[in-house]
Amino acid sequence: MKLTLKIWRQADTASDGAMHTYEVDEISEDMSFLEMLDVLNERLNSEGEEPIAFDSDCREGICGMCGLMINGEAHGPQVTTTCQLHMRSFSDGETITIEPWRADPFPVLKDLCVDRSAFDRMIQSGGYISVNTGAAPDAHATPVPKDNADRAFDVATCIGCGACVAACPNGSASLFLGAKITHLGELPQGQAERDSRVVNMVAQHDHEGFGGCTNIGECTAACPKEIPLDVISQLNKDLRHAIRRGY
Amino acid sequence: MTDMPDTTFTSDPSHHQDTQETDDAAGYYTPGDPIAETKAPGGPIEERWGTRQFEARIANPANRRRLSVIVVGTGLAGASAAATLGEAGYVVKSFCYQDSPRRAHSIAAQGGINAAKNYKGDGDSVYRLFYDTIKGGDYRSRESNVYRLAEVSVNIIDQCVAQGVPFAREYGGLLDNRSFGGVQVSRTFYARGQTGQQLLIGAYQALERQVAAGTVRTYTRHEMLELIVVDGRARGIIVRDLVTGEIETYFADVVVLASGGYGNVFFLSTNAMGSNVTATWRAHRKGAFMANPCYTQIHPTCIPVSGAHQSKLTLMSESLRNDGRIWVPKDAKDADKDPRDIPEEDRDYYLERIYPSFGNLVPRDIASRQAKNMCDEGRGVGPEVDGVRRGVYLDFAEAMERLGRKAIEDKYGNLFDMYAQITGEDPYEVPMRIYPAVHYVMGGLWVDYDLQGSIPGLFVTGEANFSDHGANRLGASALMQGLADGYFVLPNTIRDYLAEGPFDKVPEDHPAVVEAQQSVRDRIDRFMNTKGTRSVDSYHRELGNIMWEYCGMERSEDGLKKAIDLIRGLRDDFWRNVKVLGTSESLNQSLERAGRVADFFELGELMCIDALNRRESCGGHFRAESQTEDGEALRHDDQYAYVAAWEWAGEPGSQEMGKPILHKEQLTYEFVEMKQRSYK
Repeated sequence: MKLTLKIWRQADTASDGAMHTYEVDEISEDMSFLEMLDVLNERLNSEGEEPIAFDSDCREGICGMCGLMINGEAHGPQVTTTCQLHMRSFSDGETITIEPWRADPFPVLKDLCVDRSAFDRMIQSGGYISVNTGAAPDAHATPVPKDNADRAFDVATCIGCGACVAACPNGSASLFLGAKITHLGELPQGQAERDSRVVNMVAQHDHEGFGGCTNIGECTAACPKEIPLDVISQLNKDLRHAIRRGY
Repeated sequence: MTDMPDTTFTSDPSHHQDTQETDDAAGYYTPGDPIAETKAPGGPIEERWGTRQFEARIANPANRRRLSVIVVGTGLAGASAAATLGEAGYVVKSFCYQDSPRRAHSIAAQGGINAAKNYKGDGDSVYRLFYDTIKGGDYRSRESNVYRLAEVSVNIIDQCVAQGVPFAREYGGLLDNRSFGGVQVSRTFYARGQTGQQLLIGAYQALERQVAAGTVRTYTRHEMLELIVVDGRARGIIVRDLVTGEIETYFADVVVLASGGYGNVFFLSTNAMGSNVTATWRAHRKGAFMANPCYTQIHPTCIPVSGAHQSKLTLMSESLRNDGRIWVPKDAKDADKDPRDIPEEDRDYYLERIYPSFGNLVPRDIASRQAKNMCDEGRGVGPEVDGVRRGVYLDFAEAMERLGRKAIEDKYGNLFDMYAQITGEDPYEVPMRIYPAVHYVMGGLWVDYDLQGSIPGLFVTGEANFSDHGANRLGASALMQGLADGYFVLPNTIRDYLAEGPFDKVPEDHPAVVEAQQSVRDRIDRFMNTKGTRSVDSYHRELGNIMWEYCGMERSEDGLKKAIDLIRGLRDDFWRNVKVLGTSESLNQSLERAGRVADFFELGELMCIDALNRRESCGGHFRAESQTEDGEALRHDDQYAYVAAWEWAGEPGSQEMGKPILHKEQLTYEFVEMKQRSYK
């Protein structure tokens, strides 16, 4: 198929960026979206134009490294990661707009690459259970009801890609945060630090410049791992309890 | 990940009598001294690790704040090591090329992690896991290392549960297990099909906790480009900040490489796009031995290549072979027919035909090799890429008829969805197509029992080392080894080395440092200034084709010699004609790849030489010249029961100085008897 691509290009964080238009031809519908960009980059390289920078690593939908705004939607029209989106989701002759994640706490590094280290700092502020290596009791010492274990797993599948932030009109990372609070809060091992965790992580979230949740739900609609919106309810509930207990 | 059946072993002490004494690799290498010392304590095998831990010195806690460690890589083996060393009080610097430590490719492991917990009471034990791993490695790994791996496996599960890893559980709240990798016991712990992800997030969170505690500093989007060796010790690394392009130098008392495997030398593999050999290869060039580089694991159930644009391959769990039947058309002219229109009598269920007792459940290497044979005969199916159809059918029609569609959905739903997402075909309606792909490498930097390489102060963990899997790795054992190394082994052995420190501060203007910095800059300048006509990826793809064709599932003397010539020619062309645009002072992904591909060229040649030298078939290495009358792999224990540890001898090429030096570490089996396998 033949496509017109409008792609955001920006030399570095300090420079201004702009949309550039590229025509591509002979795109197979079996290509992934990123392979389509690989093909464009090979051509640009041969024409003497610097290839477009974009992030990707595992290309099987699990590492969370890729992420593009495609026609205004985070990861494009399917509920999946950009690397798992295939060109059969588009039609011949279509114009596709490709931008980086848009959010103040995710500054653009170059072209379509952004800096998501704010997510790492949020985890540093409390997204863990404090247990030193070798200090663990036997794994069967504490049974975990299957429902809690399954719920913890469902929300622990977050890949930290940042689509929730990019999709949110208020640039909130509440879905990412709520997923971690719920994952660790569902498990008996996570109880000791439950109050301090939520208070510290919310503080870091706000400090990074993410917006508050305004209950739009775009985050969960864009999430490639379908993290449910109610993790944000859990987040608010845990925060309320913690504050009431004096944290 | 394998669900292959337990293998039937027949003892055959005389099987190697008929081999010719030959040195296929003569002229390509220089014989070196054997390796005599691996530091493994002697005595009863179950006491060795305890002995070593007791004898390893302990740096006093006040001193640890003055001892520094560099860890390269943040997968299971790197993140767990960095977190644990931070907890112990050392000053740790952690490096990864990705934008966050959580992206490392351990995250993509699907199946599970083995541990000898015997929670099922089905007769598992540390000894049984040890035995299965030695046997699975086709008697090419060290008994002491493997026993230790089995021993600490139980601690890993405890640690991960305490961290909040949400393993699958039963209704009583206890952990669930499944049987994996052809073993008869259920010892595999799992978190749906995302075990690697959950374990890595556990290790990543432990790592970030130490960042908050101030013991670890992380350097993301930084790539190691050189090792600094001063007075015979590894003392630091040179890295490139991938955002600014700045070349930076970091020093430490010890350097740990946990940078993963090199499967991407084949261009197409199940590895991540950025997975590379550069960190370990730069260390190899500084004197670290590279062991058994030809041992490659090829996984039979991957989604086939769809066209020339293909950038990577995706693995599907091998459990699919439990219910799917593998076939190709009997007649090549049926290759492009709708498979549903091909009647039973025109289908060749070749695994069931050739291996009537194991059928579709033959081990990975056999299933892979036979798939390639079928496609080479012209009976492959699916799209034609470069003139060949590379795919075979994996058909669930019979299973769905027998068990009902619902049962298949419950068992394999997520895999079927993944297949449909990638191929656009509905595997409930049309048979799946599969083809083998490179998945894991057992080879890596040589390490002793302490996980220390042949350069003092250089430690290597996880897939980056060669240590525990021998010539082949069992399913669900990669995660086990990564975490065993990082949480429990390395922290207990590295302290013995660190107890000698802190070492003298390395001056910034030390000649070894200046030389290393200069060589990094010169190489980058050379890439930028070549201004040729071909892209980095086009070279990488061509190198991958050579490796896959001649150093893939089946290797032969003629093929390997041809591959070496082709690699040398292509490498020369690369250095004259590669085209890298942009600047070196900014984010430049072509430049990053150029450095990785340059190292893959040198590694690829060494892999071929190693494969040429090992004129036997063992585990993931199949030499056409060494097979039984039935076409099965044939080991030659009298000649090749050794680890091939290669020493760098200068730029590779036909000249004498470029011939790598082979050091043999003889393997002895005190506890497990060496046997030959049979699947007929």
